[in-house]
Amino acid sequence: MLSTSAALLSARGLRSPFGGPFDFDVQAGECVAIQGPSGAGKSVLLRMLADLDPHEGEASLEGRSNKAMPAPAWRSQVVYQAAEPAWWEATAAEHFEDAQRAFVERTMSALGLAAALLDSEIDRLSTGERQRLALVRSLAAQPRVLLLDEPTAALDPEAVARAEALLRSCLAQGMAILIVTHSAEQAGRLAQRIFHLDRGRLTTI
Amino acid sequence: MNAIHLGSWDLLAAALLILLDAALSLALRLGVHRQILIAAVRMVVQLAIVGMVLRSVFAAGSPLATAAVVLFMIGAAAREVATRPRQRLKRHMNYQISAAVVACAGFATVLLALTTAVRPDPWYAPRYAIPLMGIVLGSVLNAASLALDGILDGVVRERGRIEARLALGTPFREAIGPLVRNATRRGMIPVANQMSAAGIITLPGIMTGQLLAGMDPVEAVKYQILLMFLLAGASGLASVGAALLAVRALSDERQRLRVDRLR
Repeated sequence: MLSTSAALLSARGLRSPFGGPFDFDVQAGECVAIQGPSGAGKSVLLRMLADLDPHEGEASLEGRSNKAMPAPAWRSQVVYQAAEPAWWEATAAEHFEDAQRAFVERTMSALGLAAALLDSEIDRLSTGERQRLALVRSLAAQPRVLLLDEPTAALDPEAVARAEALLRSCLAQGMAILIVTHSAEQAGRLAQRIFHLDRGRLTTI
Repeated sequence: MNAIHLGSWDLLAAALLILLDAALSLALRLGVHRQILIAAVRMVVQLAIVGMVLRSVFAAGSPLATAAVVLFMIGAAAREVATRPRQRLKRHMNYQISAAVVACAGFATVLLALTTAVRPDPWYAPRYAIPLMGIVLGSVLNAASLALDGILDGVVRERGRIEARLALGTPFREAIGPLVRNATRRGMIPVANQMSAAGIITLPGIMTGQLLAGMDPVEAVKYQILLMFLLAGASGLASVGAALLAVRALSDERQRLRVDRLR
């Protein structure tokens, strides 16, 4: 289990005052669901993996420690999507490069979003539309590992199904996904393994 | 210069206006009469002390005494810059940043003026160095505290946006860029407004003082222009310095946004 050669993402003694230590491996193409009560440290874990919060221990990608590469290079491969994704420009379109346009429109249609939404003001979009656009934004960064915090919380069942289908196709292409979800059904549908987090401690189910 | 000397009776006549204010406050039940009277007394005492201290420092002409007064002024300005923003950095970083910015911006511009435009003999002559430092620090204080507040308040407000960009692999400098530009701009706007209003909407205080002291208007204007340039330069240095140092204090070697370093 501790052989790092096969693992895409591995955590060793990852800890902060708010949670841990966390030790686990995630393989390419694998989805791990993280469940637990509010305040158990689920976001803390994802933020440490993305190197957004100070921590002890180590995370590595294919055996390469995150300390061995510049933080932006790490974060563009291990992308974290917050539960309430923020937008820094007026419209969604401004968050993408021109070269990403084809990918963005393809992904939006897979999620049941009209391409016209790209040019609407972010403030006018519904919570569900913003949440799906955030998933498009995260995927457009072409991460190796995707860290999702409640990515479908604001979606209706049909949109949830579309999002899950999209995530499954990413997994099939070798992406690893860690997904925080309150829904046991979703965890069962997507994940090979389920981690249970309580008071900053991890138990595998 | 043929300044008209003011005697104690002249000041007392003007002090009647303070009593008029107090009377208005009582008559209209504004409740500010105590405040106005206390502020007036404070002002008189403070200025009297400053006048006497400066008289002896000017007379002594000692570099040590001049340096002491200048350092005291810098300390007071730095303290004001550090305490104005609502948010504070841990480990007294507010004070460290303010002291560094106020001292650098103040010294850089005043030394430039003393060695090029004004050139008193000796160069540190207190009659020139101290008033120059005083007026420059006024602008520095304003600019630095606006920029510092802009960053400290901004990172709390914009945290989600900045971290969303970081999480996608954007370098910290790029993710924080809009906030830095915004805060720096806030620091520089007052002096830009001051320059465009000078002479038309307001007669700047220094110029008014010099005119009352009997100086030729064109000469007074030249001084005012020089001072405005100094203030503009000092404001720019102070804004940029405060914004960049505050941002540095809020980041680390892994390019994270360290909001936890705010108290």
